[in-house]
Amino acid sequence: MGGPPVGERGPGGRGAELALDAPMVGSLPGSPMRVAAFGGIYSNHRALKAAIADARRRGAEAILCLGDLGAFGPSPDRTIHLLRDEGIPVVRGNYDDSIARGLDDCQCGYTDPRDNHYARISYEYTLANTSPESRRWMAHFPREIRFHLGPLRVLAFHGSPRRMNEFLWETTTPTHFLRGMAEALEADVLLGTHTGIHWSRDLGDGYWYVNAGALGRPANDGRREVWYAMLSADSRGPGSGTNGSGPGGSVGLQVEFVPVRYEVELLADEMRDEGLPHEFIETIRSGWWTTCLEVLPGKERARGRW
Amino acid sequence: MARVELAVIDDAPAVALQGLDELWFQVAGTVCNLRCRHCFISCAPDNHSHWFMTRKQVREALDESVSLGVKEYYFTGGEPFMNREMEEILADALELGPATVLTNATLLLPRRARRLAALAANSPYTLELRVSLDGITREMNDAIRGDGAFHRCVEGIRNLVAEGFLPIITCMRSWPEHDTPHYLQGFRELLAEVGYHRPRIKILPPLLMGEEAGRTRGYEETERVTARMMEGFDASQLLCSRARLVTATGVQACPILLEAPSARVGETLSEAARTPVRLKESACFTCYLSGAICSNTGSGVGGEL
Ligand code: SF4
Ligand code: SF4
Ligand SMILES: [Fe+2]
Repeated sequence: MGGPPVGERGPGGRGAELALDAPMVGSLPGSPMRVAAFGGIYSNHRALKAAIADARRRGAEAILCLGDLGAFGPSPDRTIHLLRDEGIPVVRGNYDDSIARGLDDCQCGYTDPRDNHYARISYEYTLANTSPESRRWMAHFPREIRFHLGPLRVLAFHGSPRRMNEFLWETTTPTHFLRGMAEALEADVLLGTHTGIHWSRDLGDGYWYVNAGALGRPANDGRREVWYAMLSADSRGPGSGTNGSGPGGSVGLQVEFVPVRYEVELLADEMRDEGLPHEFIETIRSGWWTTCLEVLPGKERARGRW
Repeated sequence: MARVELAVIDDAPAVALQGLDELWFQVAGTVCNLRCRHCFISCAPDNHSHWFMTRKQVREALDESVSLGVKEYYFTGGEPFMNREMEEILADALELGPATVLTNATLLLPRRARRLAALAANSPYTLELRVSLDGITREMNDAIRGDGAFHRCVEGIRNLVAEGFLPIITCMRSWPEHDTPHYLQGFRELLAEVGYHRPRIKILPPLLMGEEAGRTRGYEETERVTARMMEGFDASQLLCSRARLVTATGVQACPILLEAPSARVGETLSEAARTPVRLKESACFTCYLSGAICSNTGSGVGGEL
């Protein structure tokens, strides 16, 4: 066999089909040395706005969105218009795929009745409140974006390179699994989201995995801040947060997770006005997840409150 | 009879491995300290038809699993903790990836629970304990799992929870489907009594095999997966498209078909990964209808509150 199942990529498989007009691969112009990446916006347009401003202030040469624009939050078109106006490229998330195609659910695969109940509420709200024009725009999101970060080859996707809705959690994703995938796909850096909790790992020999986490809701850590990832090609060689030098080179990756503060109370007010469930509001105010808990592995779940 | 059988076999579709996401180990063979009436492979203290795997055997498969890109390790039996090397085996697995043990929890005394917590704390990966409990009362559970099983299982859960685990409680549904909310509530109350306040509960559909076939009914002849049924069906829903079961004597297609000769797919893991599975068995029909009931997430009715 040799390496993980890259043959599974492409249309087919759970939640993997694309809308007809979507390209498979997108790109970023040039070879920026510093790129900000975020995903899981969940209609949190306030956090999105704050994150964009923060990333620019910190010298991001490009900004990339890893998908899942809708869910939980209010007025999905606000998030969509913001991304469009800023010209930020977006990788297709499972949520975007569902909304663009008008599917029955968000493809998160919940089986727990309670998780399902809330997932349905947010999905139906988002679908009903996303304009036809926005949906048409979302139908063009590519399944993956490849670009160079300095000399590093980056492959950006939503869940995993092989499946848009695959969860890659820190405590259930083996290093050999990610490493095999990175090598097979000829990417030095694998960059995804979908789980909602940020983490990264040095896979050895110049390979990296980065999960950018979510801007839409806190990281189930009791803090109100939400997170994005700043990726820099680090030519000064090994240092804090770098993986040192690959064979024959001295360029490493520097990953910084940046906490973002935003007007939580104003968002809470908007959510209340839109009639969104109290549980969602509690999550952004308390920093603890109250729904979608089923998919959390034991360790991540134990760190949260619910 | 013979003609029907032949027709079924001819029609059995084949499923290739898409990727070896889940590697299962029949680590306790068919040896169990309990003798449950519904056990689908009829495990018991004296069922030695499949013997324990040694730490060395598991290690070899673990080594092979790295280049195959395995994502999760599962340990089952019988009762895994009947295997004297179980904790060392778990330590080996947890060096490489997340591990899940399917246990009846009756052997999880406080000291063992503490050692398991230490193993988990020493690994970057999750150690999940999946505990089978088949009723919300002693009477209901022990009628299936034998006298005393309820009390010892509940104590095992208490010990796990005390050590910070959030065990996944699985229960085979033995009631009409519409009564499930009632039983979920019963589980929540029972588990709260042992300090488990945010339980992870998974209700599984019954598999009509082994002892269970006698207890309720066996599969009917027509309940088979046919080639026609596979048209347009997403084969990734079937565990055998992304898992294999390693035993002390070879590799099987999936943990459900430990006993079926038709489900033996190789001597070694690499060979088994290359060999497609023919869906000849009637249990495949349940899989087809229910999806991957064996994995930690996926089909099965959860019950979180
Ligand atoms: S169902 Fe589980 S606990 Fe019961 S006899 Fe079978 S292996 Fe043992
Ligand atoms: S029982 Fe299910 S997982 Fe096993 S071989 Fe049949 S279809 Fe595949
Ligand atoms: Fe997602």
